[in-house]
Amino acid sequence: MIEIENVHKSFGALKVLKGIDLTVDKGEVVSVIGGSGSGKSTLLTCINGLEPIDEGRILVDGTEVHARSTDLNKLRRKIGIVFQQFNAFPHLTVLENVTLAPRKVKGMGRKEAEEIAVRQLEHVGLGDKIKVYPSRLSGGQQQRMAIARALAMSPDYMLFDEVTSALDPQLVGEVLDTLKLLADGGMTMICVTHEMRFAREVSDRVAFFDQGVMAEIGPPEQIFGEAKNEATRKFLSSVR
Amino acid sequence: MFNYTFQWRQAFRALPEMLEGALYTMQIAVLSMIIGIAIAVILAVGRNSSSRWLRAPATAWVEVARNTPALFQIYMAHFGLGSFGIYLSPYVALLAGITFNNAGYLCETFRGALRAIPDTQMRAGRSLGMGPAKAFRLIVMPQMFRIAFLPTMNQMVWAILMTSLGVTVGMAIDLTGVTQALNARTFRTFEFFAMAAIIYYLITKAVMLASRLVAWRLFRY
Ligand SMILES: Nc1ncnc2c1ncn2[C@@H]1O[C@H](COP(=O)(O)OP(=O)(O)OP(=O)(O)O)[C@@H](O)[C@H]1O
Ligand SMILES: [Mg+2]
Repeated sequence: MIEIENVHKSFGALKVLKGIDLTVDKGEVVSVIGGSGSGKSTLLTCINGLEPIDEGRILVDGTEVHARSTDLNKLRRKIGIVFQQFNAFPHLTVLENVTLAPRKVKGMGRKEAEEIAVRQLEHVGLGDKIKVYPSRLSGGQQQRMAIARALAMSPDYMLFDEVTSALDPQLVGEVLDTLKLLADGGMTMICVTHEMRFAREVSDRVAFFDQGVMAEIGPPEQIFGEAKNEATRKFLSSVR
Repeated sequence: MFNYTFQWRQAFRALPEMLEGALYTMQIAVLSMIIGIAIAVILAVGRNSSSRWLRAPATAWVEVARNTPALFQIYMAHFGLGSFGIYLSPYVALLAGITFNNAGYLCETFRGALRAIPDTQMRAGRSLGMGPAKAFRLIVMPQMFRIAFLPTMNQMVWAILMTSLGVTVGMAIDLTGVTQALNARTFRTFEFFAMAAIIYYLITKAVMLASRLVAWRLFRY
């Protein structure tokens, strides 16, 4: 369970998160939508402790992320994150990209790590690409590799930050299909997305962010059907 | 107009002696690179540090090394330090001078390579549970190494050619030193220096060729 309680966060004088409260249960899929600069990416990087917070707290399975005593390297093993800009490691083959963390972070043997990696890569449809370098992959393939890389650590949670927005339109579908598969498999996920159809079809709840505030949250039927919040309605009519 | 008759036989007879000199040339170049790389890494860390006390001396080193003639740097190591009663032999002075120069140039090469790697790479590593040192070693450093490799090999070529300046501080055993001695004995200036030039050329070509091969083997991406 991820519990976000009254989180405030600023970059210098700029207040980016102004008191966010959100609890994500095991197996739940929450999509986060909202305008540019509303703090969606920042929230994700706070959840895995890449960014410090100013106020409030975030608990992952009861462990406070920003507590001094928390071993972040250990905590991050169970929180996978995939970014908008794939972040493939260019000097490693696809297989090595995926086995690196299991081997060097978890201390897994090469054989076991490779078995897991191959399974994950086949799962995302890259079974025939394990020997090539990322520069030979399309954007969609690189993004699916990044997803496999995160999954190879067998995380309990997955955070996705606009994983399709750097992709050509015809490649978006293959990545979204991967996410759907994952959601169907029961993974707990927070997906920041601009894909409204995806948010509507896959999420249990949709959260709308507006200028550092979570203006509205509810099941997709509510958000897309009868949003109570004026800003939500305005945003949705602008993206449609 | 010309009444100089070439006498190559004498030069060829001196070839073993010259090749032995070339070995010293290589020895100094390689040593100056190894020590130079080690210092360059320290300088690069210093120049990127937030402490002024680390940044200032590192910056001064780089500025002097890159913006003054290499000859002066070698002179300073021999005669300059000599004025303060620190006497370095021609070999050590030459090695020190070239190392000083190498470190200055390589520092900037490494810094440039580091800047070329987006910090999202580091973030991606950290997100997978790696500590900062591990992420640097496994993700940033190998990429840095590739970017810096060929410029570093270019510096190696420069280091080989710079060794010839040793003759000005009395270096007698490297290729130029040997050539100069042969020249003084025989006055066959053209033949001996032409031979020496060919040897330098072949060495530097071999170094570049070897580094291309290594790069091709090592960097498959
Ligand atoms: N490291 C940083 N330093 C300073 N300001 C930052 C930093 N990261 C983000 N910001 C600022 O914080 C605000 C929120 O950024 P964030 O990336 O969280 O927005 P977002 O909702 O993800 O937007 P988008 O939809 O464009 O990705 C923006 O104004 C951004 O410029
Ligand atoms: Mg964002």
